Amino acid sequence: MMKILKFTLLIYFIFSLNFLYASSEDKRNKITKNLRCLVCQGQSVYDSDSEFANSMKILVEKKLDEGLSEKQIYKYMQIKFGDWILYDPGLSKNTYILWLLPLLIFLFGGAIIYKKLIKKN
Amino acid sequence: MKKKLISISLASIFIIIFFVFYKGLKNTNIYTPDVKINYDIPVFSANLFYLNEEVNSANIFKKDKFYLVNIWSSWCVPCRDEHPILMELKKNSNITVIGINYKDNKKNAQNFLNQLGNPYKKIIVDQKGTLSIEWGAFGVPETFVIYNKKIIKKYIGPLNEESLIEIEKII
Repeated sequence: MMKILKFTLLIYFIFSLNFLYASSEDKRNKITKNLRCLVCQGQSVYDSDSEFANSMKILVEKKLDEGLSEKQIYKYMQIKFGDWILYDPGLSKNTYILWLLPLLIFLFGGAIIYKKLIKKN
Repeated sequence: MKKKLISISLASIFIIIFFVFYKGLKNTNIYTPDVKINYDIPVFSANLFYLNEEVNSANIFKKDKFYLVNIWSSWCVPCRDEHPILMELKKNSNITVIGINYKDNKKNAQNFLNQLGNPYKKIIVDQKGTLSIEWGAFGVPETFVIYNKKIIKKYIGPLNEESLIEIEKII
């Protein structure tokens, strides 16, 4: 009985280690997919095999090992290279139009439809 | 009245969108980074080129002193072009030239220095290329002027006569 229990625990332990490893790699992939390869045309760091992208992948892994969160890594890269490095830039004075224009158009369209519906009724 | 209002606002929206896209069309799609200045130098420890010992950034960069950090490699052609400028800066006692050897073969790098001269007081080895990224560089050559442990000027691409005059003015 004890043997079976020990064996199960061992298996569980090995699987949990595996899970940890996979999750850190997933995280690295997720981050590098959202970082732009600065020396390529239209490729993310994850997609590219350039010298710059390969070094970037190692650095992201190093930063994850140091305990930095995903957001902290984006912030770190943004400080070094500017907004351009991020595929998903935050709201700033350069990106107001990018973020707000679709919302404005949506509201405007909604208002027109609403008015028309009221008229019909 | 209502119809007029709707058509005016529709027209203005189209005009705004037109100008946004028109402006976007004229933008270049080749990355030109902002030459951000006045940010702290990274904290790192790395191997030295000649001594093969690990060195900490705090031991290299002192306060109230000017440093020039140059990222170079023996396989990089523009690095050859800018080398005479670095040799010129070596003669200036107000500034210390530090090299970061980027993803290079040690033998080739040594040949490069034997052939063209060694302008660097210290050379740091960056075999994986991560150190250069921590400096905010994405290629070779790139050069940083440092004062009080802050980057006060950054040059992307090879240095030329103009940048030499500019650096000499700063120091």
